[in-house]
Amino acid sequence: MAQAVRTIEMERRSAKRRRVTGRFALYAIAASAGFLAAFPFLWAIITMFKEDQDLYVKANNPFWFNKAPTLEHVRFLLFDTNFLTFVRNTVIVGFAVVLVTLAISLPAAYALARLGMKWGERMGIGIFLVYLIPPTLLFIPLSRVVADLRLQESLWSLIIVYPTITIPISMWLLMGFFKSIPRDIEEQAMVDGYSRIGAVTRTVVPLVFPGIVAVVVFAFTLSAHEFIYALTFNKASAVKTIATGVPTELVRGDVFFWQSLQAAAVLVAVPIALAFNFFLDKFITGFTMGAVKG
Amino acid sequence: MAVVEVRGIRKMFGDVPAVDGVDLRTEEGEFLVLLGPSGCGKTTLLRMIAGLETPSDGEVFIGGESVNGLPPRIRKIAMVFQSYALYPHMTVFRNIAFPLKAEGLDRDEQREKVEWAAGLLDITRLLERRPRQLSGGERQRVALARALVREPDVFLLDEPLSNLDAKLRAAARDDLLEFQRRVATTTIYVTHDQVEAMGMGDRIAVMNHGKVHQFGTPEHVYNDPADTFVATFLGSPPMNLLHKGKYVVGFRPEQFLPESVANDGGATTGFTYHVNRVEYLGAERYLYGHVRGFDEETKVIAMLPVTVQVPITTDQDHRFAVASDKVRYFLTETGERVDPEMLQAPLRP
Repeated sequence: MAQAVRTIEMERRSAKRRRVTGRFALYAIAASAGFLAAFPFLWAIITMFKEDQDLYVKANNPFWFNKAPTLEHVRFLLFDTNFLTFVRNTVIVGFAVVLVTLAISLPAAYALARLGMKWGERMGIGIFLVYLIPPTLLFIPLSRVVADLRLQESLWSLIIVYPTITIPISMWLLMGFFKSIPRDIEEQAMVDGYSRIGAVTRTVVPLVFPGIVAVVVFAFTLSAHEFIYALTFNKASAVKTIATGVPTELVRGDVFFWQSLQAAAVLVAVPIALAFNFFLDKFITGFTMGAVKG
Repeated sequence: MAVVEVRGIRKMFGDVPAVDGVDLRTEEGEFLVLLGPSGCGKTTLLRMIAGLETPSDGEVFIGGESVNGLPPRIRKIAMVFQSYALYPHMTVFRNIAFPLKAEGLDRDEQREKVEWAAGLLDITRLLERRPRQLSGGERQRVALARALVREPDVFLLDEPLSNLDAKLRAAARDDLLEFQRRVATTTIYVTHDQVEAMGMGDRIAVMNHGKVHQFGTPEHVYNDPADTFVATFLGSPPMNLLHKGKYVVGFRPEQFLPESVANDGGATTGFTYHVNRVEYLGAERYLYGHVRGFDEETKVIAMLPVTVQVPITTDQDHRFAVASDKVRYFLTETGERVDPEMLQAPLRP
């Protein structure tokens, strides 16, 4: 009897030990993964405040300040370059692309998910195939098109062209969301006194909100980081986005403005990361929203 | 309140008819049940009445007016789906108020009507909850309140009880019936459950393969089934059918009794019944076996109430009988019921 009790006690202790080491290993792995992901940003944040001599002397510790930090390079970025113009352009293009993308892909996805029978499926696949042609093949013919439309050297060129990339993907994404909403819901709304459009905007669109958030995030980030089209269509400083402006104007010949480059990256990335983090919560609550029946 | 009528209505899905020429007419305030196995077209018929499907052929009348081509919102109907289709992003209050908003009622009127409907269904305390926080029975009440709130001419209910567990279902059936009697609104109710249909319907339309096989009161469809499909679809266990040449002889298991009990003065039809197995179920005994003189593969079931105490031994022949006026005859070829007087040859075994 005493033997048995001691054995169970030992089992309990070893189970606890396993649990603790398991947790410890989990957190260690999570922490190192987090550090790995954050490391470029940490280094960028340190670098953006460094003096030139501090940065270029090999003997110095690259991961810490060997001289007092300075705001000089951030000031240079904000006031002596066109960085703020690039930011403004990126935001304008980003929002416009998001609007165009939603305006077209929402109704298109609904129609393909719900109304199109045989043809809907085929058209959906067709649209997706078109998307698979890479921009590196398309930018030359498209630059002709843009020139013929006299849209070069204007933000409109990007606002018109980016949706060709964002709409197919967004449409497919939203189609999945629409298909996951039971038909009953909108039919119920139609019986309850609404037209099809009224029923869909009042009952289905709120339910695909997580999908809409995903589309907004996707379309905006694509507009912010797209490089090839932005570079080919727009050469003037006044119409560059961050993606093209920063590498073309902060690298002059063989002179790299390292600290300002890093600052540009950090100043753009951190607000976007925070905004996404905010959306992430919405995203998850959206997914766990109650279904039709329990 | 209104009379609903369909005339020669048909719906094709590709080349397959889902509803194949149906004529039906409800009475004012009637509780009409569409009963049939899944895939028989009953839900499609209901959806055509609602305006959610366009008929390939035929006409729908509500309140004497043809509603063909009218969208659901103009038909003054309310529908409860099998899933209840509550709007998950709205509170119960907003769910119930949703049809009123469509009618453009102002806030005070909306509140008044929602509270009236919620009171009627006893869900006032749930108004601020969301659908996911409700039990199945509560969801069903919310769906009914939402259907009721705009005082429609017709209720269309598509298997509203099938998502409830058995115990709740019996209670919900009572509630639903009482509710329908109180509001006295014409109701069309779709189900595949014969017990629901028999218990609730003023009249039942029994459907299969897109056609109405029989339309009548529960007593009528049960006692005088129009054909072998209705005979076997209704009743548990179903009607026994014995094939003999051109005809099929049918009788209900509860009418099939030992000869000593069956003979209560009237004429009886006797059979030699070979019992293979006895199932004792408390309130009744089920006997399984076959009848001599007919195909031995055809299982025949007898249901003896507990009041019939005659001892039955298995693997032996017994004399059983059915009151002759309870025996039904059908044509082998079409399954249709025929009048006993029309029979060409006596069918005595």
